[in-house]
Amino acid sequence: MNCRRECLLTLPSLAWMLAFFAVPAGLVVSMAFRPSDLRGGIGEGWSLDTLKAVVEAGYLPVVWQTVWLSAVTAVICLALALPMAFHIARVSEGWRRLLLLLVVVPFLTNFIIRIFAWKSLLHPEGALTQLLICCGLVSEDAMLLNNAGAVLLVLVYTQLPFAILPLYAAAEKFDFQLLDAARDLGASPWKAFWRVFVPGVRRGLMSAALMVFVCALGQYVIPQFIGGPSDEMLGNKITQRAFGDRNLPHASALAACLMLAVLVPMLLAALWRRLFGKEAAS
Amino acid sequence: MKRSWFPALVTLAVLAFFFAPLAMLVLNSFNASRFGGEWEGFTWQWYEKLREADEVWDALFITLKIAAVSSITAMLLGTLAALALHRFKSWLQSLHSMLVTLPLVMPDILMGMSLLAFFVALGVELGMTTIWIAHVTFSVSFVTMVVLGRLQDFDFTLLDAARDLGATHWTATRKVLVPLLLPGILAGGLLAFTLSIDDYVITFFVSGPGTTTLPLRVASMMKGRNLPMINALSTLMIASTFLLAALAFRLERRR
Repeated sequence: MNCRRECLLTLPSLAWMLAFFAVPAGLVVSMAFRPSDLRGGIGEGWSLDTLKAVVEAGYLPVVWQTVWLSAVTAVICLALALPMAFHIARVSEGWRRLLLLLVVVPFLTNFIIRIFAWKSLLHPEGALTQLLICCGLVSEDAMLLNNAGAVLLVLVYTQLPFAILPLYAAAEKFDFQLLDAARDLGASPWKAFWRVFVPGVRRGLMSAALMVFVCALGQYVIPQFIGGPSDEMLGNKITQRAFGDRNLPHASALAACLMLAVLVPMLLAALWRRLFGKEAAS
Repeated sequence: MKRSWFPALVTLAVLAFFFAPLAMLVLNSFNASRFGGEWEGFTWQWYEKLREADEVWDALFITLKIAAVSSITAMLLGTLAALALHRFKSWLQSLHSMLVTLPLVMPDILMGMSLLAFFVALGVELGMTTIWIAHVTFSVSFVTMVVLGRLQDFDFTLLDAARDLGATHWTATRKVLVPLLLPGILAGGLLAFTLSIDDYVITFFVSGPGTTTLPLRVASMMKGRNLPMINALSTLMIASTFLLAALAFRLERRR
């Protein structure tokens, strides 16, 4: 009876996720071993031709660029989110709700519109460029758009809530009296922050870093609209192969590489957590 | 002890960084200048142009239709999933929990690409159905998490009390569990609705001819010359996001 009820409750979502999440993800990996066909479909049989083509196409600089941009994004996001989580966790209940709402609302605003907002701000005739020219900070023909710096800026803009929310969740559980104790024992505010608060929220720090890094790895819309031709990420190559050339096996092979890049840091984090968790318990 | 002003300053700066681009869009939607570098006078003309742009309203209609259908589906699947995950602890539930939580950390492009490969391999024509399937797949996880959070606060002795008073299992569920969970379920559904309207990446991969949703339409307009019209459209979308967020906030507070 109990077993039947469990199956009835579990079956709909389990079947849905198996069919439309697990199977497609497996399919993408297996498609890397299928040849392409000229009509834009999937060829017959199995071969290593697609993988060979991917290796020969020389994606290494793009992979490097993707990892580099994502890592720098993660570092900047953490640097901004740490003091912010610290602050939000210490204010009164009413302020806390308001601040969290203010963090979440821009995050819920349409993704493509946030990118458009930055595109028009950074445009040569846009407000930010005009302001910087007025202040004499950049020259008249400055180009704020279409470079790696702009891509980085917008990546930070879109990923920052992913860092703030887990860090806040960790900071909320932190016992702030420990900071007062450190201060009483003669630590400077900075030292108390770095030696007591930061280690205290290290789990939140790690999940925030992971979240931002992994989400940034898969970006392609920001480089497409904000960056120049030399700022492409792996995601751009996937869409170009899938839609520009209609070569689905090639695109799938690249997606499988990206999946690997996403899974490796996640598995490492899980392993670290297990080792660390045991150490903390003993 | 005296507190440092530095964290407060960073918080203020980050919030300004969050809202400045959005405020600029709203301001420029009333600006007669085409690029918004300087103020050239107040105008309604971009809104009037927007009213005449049929392709935008068609896209809005398609978007709302997909969001309604997929958020209802996700609400049903997510609520059942949360009940199962909360009630039972077995190997089946560990697999279930993994399948439900993994999409939360899977980058959008991978989900889009794998669904595209899946539909092409099966020979399914891309269109409304494929977008519906994709949207349900990524929003079920969010609904499950919201409802699961609610279930953690739920007092299950209430159900036993109802059973003791002679209610059947089905009646107890319908008359006690569902009404008490409803705010959580609705908040989850609202989240799914917002995510569905918002989604660009996954929809881009699985949409077909004639199913251009609003984000896809905006993206193609960004490559064209009608930029001020996007300002007007964005202002309306930002306003509706704020309204939806306020509504979800109220629902969340009604504990």
